[in-house]
Amino acid sequence: MSTQSTRAAARLMVAPSVILLFIWMIVPLAMTIYFSFRLYRLLSPDRTGWVGFNNYAWFLNSPDFWVAIVNTLLLVGGVLIITVVLGILIAILIDQPIWGQGPLRILVISPFFVMPPVAASIWENLFMHPQNGLLAAASRGLGYEPILYLESYPMASVIFITAWEWLPFATLILLTALQSMSSEQMEAAEMDGASALSRFRYLVLPHLSRAITVVILIQTIFLLGIFGEIFTTTQGGPGNASTTLPYMIYKQALIAKDIGRAAAGGIIAVILANIVAVFLMRAIGKHLDA
Amino acid sequence: MARTVTTNQKITYTFFAWAVGLIIFFPVLWTILTSLKTEASAVASPPEFLGADWTLQNYADVWQRSDYPRFFWNSVIISIGSTLLGLAIAIPAAWSMAFVPGKRTKDLLMWMLSTKMMPAVGVLIPMYLLFQKTGLFDTRIGLILALMLMNLPIIVWMLYTYFKEIPGEILEAARMDGASLKNEILYVLTPMAIPGIASTMLLNIILAWNEAFWTITLTTVDAAPLSAFIASFSAPQGLFYAKLSAASTMAIAPILIVGWFSQKQLVRGLTFGAVK
Amino acid sequence: MGKITLRNVTKKFGEVAVIPSLDLDIEDGEFVVFVGPSGCGKSTLLRLIAGLEDTSGGIISIDGVDATAMPPAKRSLAMVFQSYALYPHMSVRKNIAFPLKMAGMDAAAIDKKVEGAAKVLNLTSYLERRPGQLSGGQRQRVAIGRAIVREPKAFLFDEPLSNLDAALRGNMRLEITELHQTLKTTMIYVTHDQVEAMTMADKIVVLQAGHIEQVGSPLDLYNHPANVFVAGFIGSPRMNLVTGADADAESATTIGVRPEHLDISTTAGKWAGKVSVAERLGSDTFLHVAVPGHGSMTARGAGEVALSHGDTVYLTPQSGKVHRFGADGKNLA
Repeated sequence: MSTQSTRAAARLMVAPSVILLFIWMIVPLAMTIYFSFRLYRLLSPDRTGWVGFNNYAWFLNSPDFWVAIVNTLLLVGGVLIITVVLGILIAILIDQPIWGQGPLRILVISPFFVMPPVAASIWENLFMHPQNGLLAAASRGLGYEPILYLESYPMASVIFITAWEWLPFATLILLTALQSMSSEQMEAAEMDGASALSRFRYLVLPHLSRAITVVILIQTIFLLGIFGEIFTTTQGGPGNASTTLPYMIYKQALIAKDIGRAAAGGIIAVILANIVAVFLMRAIGKHLDA
Repeated sequence: MARTVTTNQKITYTFFAWAVGLIIFFPVLWTILTSLKTEASAVASPPEFLGADWTLQNYADVWQRSDYPRFFWNSVIISIGSTLLGLAIAIPAAWSMAFVPGKRTKDLLMWMLSTKMMPAVGVLIPMYLLFQKTGLFDTRIGLILALMLMNLPIIVWMLYTYFKEIPGEILEAARMDGASLKNEILYVLTPMAIPGIASTMLLNIILAWNEAFWTITLTTVDAAPLSAFIASFSAPQGLFYAKLSAASTMAIAPILIVGWFSQKQLVRGLTFGAVK
Repeated sequence: MGKITLRNVTKKFGEVAVIPSLDLDIEDGEFVVFVGPSGCGKSTLLRLIAGLEDTSGGIISIDGVDATAMPPAKRSLAMVFQSYALYPHMSVRKNIAFPLKMAGMDAAAIDKKVEGAAKVLNLTSYLERRPGQLSGGQRQRVAIGRAIVREPKAFLFDEPLSNLDAALRGNMRLEITELHQTLKTTMIYVTHDQVEAMTMADKIVVLQAGHIEQVGSPLDLYNHPANVFVAGFIGSPRMNLVTGADADAESATTIGVRPEHLDISTTAGKWAGKVSVAERLGSDTFLHVAVPGHGSMTARGAGEVALSHGDTVYLTPQSGKVHRFGADGKNLA
């Protein structure tokens, strides 16, 4: 199907994207590595020099860092569990014979299209606000004091908001996979005498495993970088209670304006992402084929 | 065993399914409702549902009496700009990978996927500094470039899966019919690829519009799109709920509507073609 | 006008030689069928002739001109694909007109030719429809129309009837044969169905693993198969092949008798066995007989034969109808 001339033309056409992505990956990464070994603060740019692993040590010795790591893992893990479990259940529910599946799908997937700052803002102001929020009003209506969600449970609140945003994605993917199941398979199982629960366990769940794998993989990529929600609501606070690794690095870079430290943090984040990726790929890579 | 679902069962399923759907959708609904109330009504306690004072004034206020339009147009320009730029680079790449695959093509695609896995914070420093030095900081061009780079892997992947679905035999038939490479692309490939390109475009506009990292970190005032605007607008002082809701609704409305029609594209694009 | 010659043509995919080295002559106006089991290289061979694949060696000549390096567009050959490969976004009219448009013909001339082809193929009322709105048989005709309109040196058919249901297949077979009789252009036809090969071909090329096993007219292959493979491939139901003592008695390693050349008797005969399955088609009956030491043999009886499962039966080959093959599989005749 290909001849010499088409092959040469093809290589030329792939080149721009490959070169761009290559530069985009290598150059900034190399620069970050470079800066991570230097003392460089934007507020006192004259004092620079090689400081070896000092920046890294600062992170590893800082209690904030370990809190950030835990928060990051909580965020990713929490959202994954909530979205996958609920996603499966809701997908199954929507797949049942119901009226108005079309409009219903539209309702269910809507949160995904709400941009993170707006999603966070809606929850923060209209719902979680201690005076004017709906949840506060509900609490008062039931005779309780309103809970200060963002102050008392900052990380849980962020996890909740993020889960609300990502639940539609998981549901949609799982619903698509569910609806691609051949009905003949299910009918054969019925004729073999399998109950609904057995059919779920032995047919549906294995079929969904590939989609679940994809959902987990894709969501993890995006969840490791969650930023807008935290920026809009808690700014990582109170204290460091809702600071994740990306947010901590952001603070070092754009607020403390400590380039060296932020760079070191960035490299740590890259390492962490790679570790997670390796784990993920090994654990569930067998379900994927490109 | 009864083959037909009884009406009772259907009613029950429908009830629960819609209940879940409405709960999930409720925050959006509440925002839209609040945007249509007067400020007083919006913060009334206990909250007013149907008996509120309704008005469209909030939309007028936000649009006319603040900087809102500027942020809105920034969002539009940045989303469409980064998408078009991305397509220009990705279409040739995806074409050649789909139709003239080499030994390395699969590896190349997986590598592109892996670049998306790198956390943005890993390159925040160099991007920030580079943008400052080259004057790209707080410019729309700068953001178009940044977002294009972020989404290029997704665009290439999505186009690749669509191109792969074009039956090779049809292109061969064109060749046998005497079409040169140029004619083959012009008369046969492109018309067949347009739905795929349109879908990719749609998905990418959504992703760019909603992006909330670079749009916040690489802008201050001039190029800030809606994401940055809302993020900083949510400050404790000066909260005007109804106006905030109106601003929010306008910020999400375009993408909500586009998104409702893009469900299939979303599934394909964000799973890198693994689920269709 | 449509003489095609292949000399030493080879095709490798990586290290694998799908076609080791092949010589073939196709005369102008012939209906040649490439037939063979899956993976034998028949489609590859067709694509090499078409120019859709590059050869790894050898020469392909069209009307005496070396076409080996020529791109498909320049070879003046038309191809009908198995999946028809119609342009889904174009109407039937535009589909058929496409090659003429690529050749730079003016619009009036194109219309005339398209309408002419449509008339021959009964497509006139479908000209404005899209392929998606047509049935399988209609799409087939559009694909053929697109090929005819170019007045090529030869038509190449790649298993064109595989996607049609049985009844339609029978009709289209006749239509293509009639087309050949009308146009008298060279046609090269690839199929795995030996019935199509036998009924349509002037010349059959039997392929296996990239080798030509035999080239000849249908009856040549039927009456004088060159080796065991061709003997077993041509003819339906399959020829009965017997080894062992019965073969030795004929000074051969393998002997073969076609089901239609076995006499059936309930009293006496060469091979005795019990009927396992009797297939009754009305016009014929095929008896599958379990013969001890020879596995299952098939015999054809005309009309209705009053034998069924479990009956004892004797089969005797008609004289002169026994084929003898040597240790290398080749026909000893």
